[in-house]
Amino acid sequence: MKKFLQSEWMSRLIDALLPVFATLAALIIGAVMLLFLGVNPIVAYKALWDGAFGSGNAFAETLVKATPLLLVGLGICISFRGDVINIGGEGQMIIGGILATWIGLTFTGLPGWLAITLALLAGFLGGAIWGGIPGYLKAYFNVNEILSTVMMNAIAVQIMNFMMRGPMLDPIQAAKASKIPQTARLIEAFRLARWSPTRLHLGVLIAVILAILVYILLWRTTLGYRIRAVGMNPLASRYAGIKVPRYIVMSLLLSGAFAGLAGAIQVYGVNYRMITDGSASGFTGNAGFNGIVAALFGQLHPLWSIPASILFGALLVGANQMQRVVQVPSALITALNGLVVVFVVSSEFLRRRRQRQRLAHAKMDDAPPDKTSQPAEASA
Amino acid sequence: MDFTIILQAGIASGTVLLFATLGELFSERAGVLNLGVEGMMLIGAMTAFSTTIATGNPWIGVLAAMLFAGLISQIHAFIVITLQADQVVSGLSLTFLGTGISLVLGEGLSKAGTVSLLPNFSIPLLTLIPIIGKIFFTDQSILVYIGYLLVPLSWYYINHTRPGLHLRAIGEYPSAADALGISVFRQRYFYVFVGGMLAGLAGATISLAVSPGWFSELTTGGQGWIAIGLVIFAQWDPIRAAVGAYAFGALRRLILDIQGPVLLLGFANPFYYNPYLGFFLQMLPYLFTVVVLVIGSREAMRKRIGAPAALGNPYVRGERGK
Repeated sequence: MKKFLQSEWMSRLIDALLPVFATLAALIIGAVMLLFLGVNPIVAYKALWDGAFGSGNAFAETLVKATPLLLVGLGICISFRGDVINIGGEGQMIIGGILATWIGLTFTGLPGWLAITLALLAGFLGGAIWGGIPGYLKAYFNVNEILSTVMMNAIAVQIMNFMMRGPMLDPIQAAKASKIPQTARLIEAFRLARWSPTRLHLGVLIAVILAILVYILLWRTTLGYRIRAVGMNPLASRYAGIKVPRYIVMSLLLSGAFAGLAGAIQVYGVNYRMITDGSASGFTGNAGFNGIVAALFGQLHPLWSIPASILFGALLVGANQMQRVVQVPSALITALNGLVVVFVVSSEFLRRRRQRQRLAHAKMDDAPPDKTSQPAEASA
Repeated sequence: MDFTIILQAGIASGTVLLFATLGELFSERAGVLNLGVEGMMLIGAMTAFSTTIATGNPWIGVLAAMLFAGLISQIHAFIVITLQADQVVSGLSLTFLGTGISLVLGEGLSKAGTVSLLPNFSIPLLTLIPIIGKIFFTDQSILVYIGYLLVPLSWYYINHTRPGLHLRAIGEYPSAADALGISVFRQRYFYVFVGGMLAGLAGATISLAVSPGWFSELTTGGQGWIAIGLVIFAQWDPIRAAVGAYAFGALRRLILDIQGPVLLLGFANPFYYNPYLGFFLQMLPYLFTVVVLVIGSREAMRKRIGAPAALGNPYVRGERGK
């Protein structure tokens, strides 16, 4: 049995399953919290499951929720591999959303496919700008990107509030006294195709295709190779002739671009307009943060990020159902997300330790039998 | 518009940033980056408010806030010190965790009404000093005065005491500190705990003194992140941290108060309930943080000083290098 547990195959399987254990551990602690709140965890988790996977429509909602997580997560895969921490997904989504909406509301005469393409590109560009600024500040002014991206989020929120109440205010709302801060609706030709009667839209497919493209970018292109090289060892990269600052900017820029695209797709696939409740999460649904969680859970691999985003999409959709059925604040899922990451990073420790053990075993197996010397530990 | 009143209120709101910044400073000086400040502050604000409602005694609220936030910080400590995991990722997850827990436990708390707050008082004699007396020593919360004491104490502790020397050692060169018999692990746990307690105190300062109440995640509104930025601006020095924190507090107040009066210095006030300019005003603290970061980072490069050398690195006993 011990031999079996130590076999290569088995340890690889355990490594692959670690995130699953991490999720289970988080759910168990979540259950304790539910008990503490006086709620039967089985009933609550049943509601969570039904809300996420209980019907075709529920699953469609899960996928809709997973789409921005995956897109933001793809950007995170790029930036974290470049050792650049992008916490600015929220702001990048907002700026991407604003630019994309502007395209759709301004060029109403264009054919649908062209307008949508332009709008998605505008979203991509908007996010790239909003990510590129902190990237530039990090590369050339040594400004900590974690903090600058967080600040850029807050700035983007105020820009959104300004645009929704000012230049981009829906003319219908402008005429009313209520003045709900939102833009006009996109015309029907400009909306991403839907799999009716659900809200499942074409953006889901776009995100999956992009996941494959990001995989190719990271492991099959020079750009991706250099981003990863800079992430692993900036000094060695510099000596190898890579212009390190340029690739720092590039990884934040690309990371922001994917978040911006997520914002654009939220507008063109789900809401058909931008509306603000004064906070970032009103538009993004916290996807800018949860995308980070999803990408980390997917071990910063673009393809593993697909199931990871579905998992977190399911948690988010299910949380709403749970809130309805057992009256638990859906913010519980925010805590659960934090716990999942806690357990994922903790399990890294186990993996490292087992890796060391494997190496040690391998060394012992390879070493010629030497009966005279005792292992150092034996004497201690 | 009376600027001394704005500055007076600014000092109070700067006290929030001061506690959080000092807490993070201690943690980072010990070599542990904790990005969970925002989450711990929310925990602190929620705990202080709810405990005070339950017990009627704001001091118990403050104590509970510091303890709970300190306890939450130990999750981070365990992950990054014992399990040697990535400090950035763990800190982020602490923010999620803290936000989630405080929102769940604080559900319905916003309608809980008013609580007995911490006392405000003036310092006799000192309040007579023109302008300064009015700004710093008149009708301030007791926490503000605690903040005044904490700054020189922290400075003295870090720079002129034996435990302070140990603190610097474990952040700069942990293996040397270890060789001298300083327990790097235990000390790091301790300073992360201190950081958590001060973040909790910062949260309690919001909900029991500066802007009493519980407004879910808007209670802190990103101040935890600004505090982490201020640590860089402060170059890990408590005195500079205080300057930064109070300046930011004053800025926050100014932005709120400048929208009130009809006339500004005798002219029509362009900010007078102007919703459009209001958004740009609200952007300012964050824009300023970016500017402050640029200044701080450039200065660090020029003077070749900077973060504690071991900041962000787990200490592994017997491993070569740092």
